[in-house]
Amino acid sequence: MSGHSNWPEWIYIAVVIALMCWVGAEAWNAERLVEHVPEGAEIIKVTGQQWFWTFEHEDGTKEIGELHVEVGKAYKFEIHSKDVNHSFNIHDYVVLMDAIPGRINTVWFAPTDVGTHDIQCREYCGLIHYNMRGTLYVEEPST
Amino acid sequence: MVVELAKPRPIWQIMFSTHHTDVGLLYLIMSLAFLFMGGALALIIRAELFLPGAQIIGDAMTFNRIFTVHGTTLIFLFILPFASAVGNYYVPIMVRYKDMAYPKLNAIAFWMIPPGGALVWLGFADFTWYATPPYSIISAPGPAADMWIFGLKILGISSVLGAINFVVTILKCKHPDMSIGQVPLLAWSYLTSSLIILVAIPTFAAALLMLLTDRLGVSGFFNPAMGGDPIAYQHLFWFTFHPEVYVLVIPAIGMMYEIIPRFSRKPIYSYNSGIFAFVLLAIVGFSSWAHHMYASGMSFTEKTVFMVGTLAAVPASAMHVYNFIATMWNGRIKFSTPMMWAVGGIALFFSAGAGGVANAAMPLDFSTHDSYWVVGHFHLFVMGTIAFGSIGFLYYMFPYVTGRMYNETMGKVHFVMSFIGTVLVFFTQHILGLYGMPRRVFDYPPIPEWIAMNQIASVGAMIIGVSMVLFLINMIYSSGKGKLADTDDPFGVGGKYYYPFEAKNPHH
Repeated sequence: MSGHSNWPEWIYIAVVIALMCWVGAEAWNAERLVEHVPEGAEIIKVTGQQWFWTFEHEDGTKEIGELHVEVGKAYKFEIHSKDVNHSFNIHDYVVLMDAIPGRINTVWFAPTDVGTHDIQCREYCGLIHYNMRGTLYVEEPST
Repeated sequence: MVVELAKPRPIWQIMFSTHHTDVGLLYLIMSLAFLFMGGALALIIRAELFLPGAQIIGDAMTFNRIFTVHGTTLIFLFILPFASAVGNYYVPIMVRYKDMAYPKLNAIAFWMIPPGGALVWLGFADFTWYATPPYSIISAPGPAADMWIFGLKILGISSVLGAINFVVTILKCKHPDMSIGQVPLLAWSYLTSSLIILVAIPTFAAALLMLLTDRLGVSGFFNPAMGGDPIAYQHLFWFTFHPEVYVLVIPAIGMMYEIIPRFSRKPIYSYNSGIFAFVLLAIVGFSSWAHHMYASGMSFTEKTVFMVGTLAAVPASAMHVYNFIATMWNGRIKFSTPMMWAVGGIALFFSAGAGGVANAAMPLDFSTHDSYWVVGHFHLFVMGTIAFGSIGFLYYMFPYVTGRMYNETMGKVHFVMSFIGTVLVFFTQHILGLYGMPRRVFDYPPIPEWIAMNQIASVGAMIIGVSMVLFLINMIYSSGKGKLADTDDPFGVGGKYYYPFEAKNPHH
């Protein structure tokens, strides 16, 4: 060892480790809360295929490339793929989950404002991956 | 160090030589050729994305092929062979041995790379550098995909052979008077990265074979239509390629460990913590692979385990940064070109690491995953850290290889332009990712923020492109016509060098 004192390095490493513990604990806690699906969330089946999204609501209505949901309700997406891997993404609501053939992945969200948002594919899926897009319409509840 | 170009020899003497500096020179020239080829593809990509709509490439398939070959080239045909080049030059000298442990194996490992590279380039596959099934099985057009698989197979074997050679050279051929605790940090970086290669690569080699037989239709390991699981491939792939990140970055850090004390005119702050951090990185590098797969439907527990494994790598990387700063502290620093590249590389290494912490935190990853954030993040590593360290080291070894000095002003301009360009391209891409732009897209909708960010990134890329042309001119001109270098102290930093530079291994 060289003859100098090492205590600043130990303090520095301790600070870095403490920082990482804090990041890890915060992330763990946030993810635990985010993954908790609320009771009574309506299920929407999402199917990815080259190169469009189809949606099936609980009442059997189907949509292609467009998804209509009501503000204030919770929805649970059941995502799968018919051919290759895709990734279902509504960036504005941080909804992101891979669509993988042979699996059903789930993710939930509850839209808070009326408006339209982009739906896109975030996993490379071939020729028209760049245009595998759709639109989410968040609407007032129909009474 | 052996001066190569001051005493010209016929090209075939170098090509058929097994001497470590000759093989090193071959590695060096080939890796730089691929740097420029892969970099040209990057410029095409950035030009295409300058505006929404098709710009210079007619169709999405060509674009997909270009970014696939761009990534494959720069990782396997630039960064890895460049590290081998430096290792070939320096490791035998640092451990005071006459050559690599197995000179013929060394030459074979080099000569496997051109055919591997040719397969990748002639095939021009389109399934991204990670060839994820089922796309790569059922959808990717052959024979390009099969050529890529065979090319990668050959390159993988080559890096395993190279790694065996480095491990044996360092552990078994070092001078008997030299304990392993006296081997310079650059050689230590090759020891640790070679050990990672030996543990990590076989997994990917197996996955490649399984992918090939799946493509041929005789197996269904990863094909859900035949009962396979595409996620299994992702595990096998990332088990190799997350540690591979450390394979790429550790030699670059080793190169910085060589440059920084020399130009700070001080010994390294803590040799032991450098070794400790290398070994720690090599070990914890294996505990984080599935952080690339948070969004593939992993359970909360799995994600937590891999998040902890990823965050564990941060203190080790932070130790390197501390070591560099503490070495420069109170040093009489001379900012010659190599030092500028090394210091710039450290700054970008820190930024890349900070972005990596955000990726590793589970909830944040669902915002950044597969977006341009990730592109910006890993490019800060491969370009900002690894290429910066490597190019800095290239300037540093230039007088020892050629016996001549490069043009210092052009070297500095090259650095300043590249640094500005790198910040413009890759910091902007982080922001672009937060705006939600997916990666690997040929075209994008005309969202104003996306257009602005893409244009800044494209301008940055062109700045890097111009600086690289300067670099090429500087290297070619100076190696033939540059002023003769004083090989005892080419950078005029004075003082005692920390290992025997006068070592000249005779050709055999």
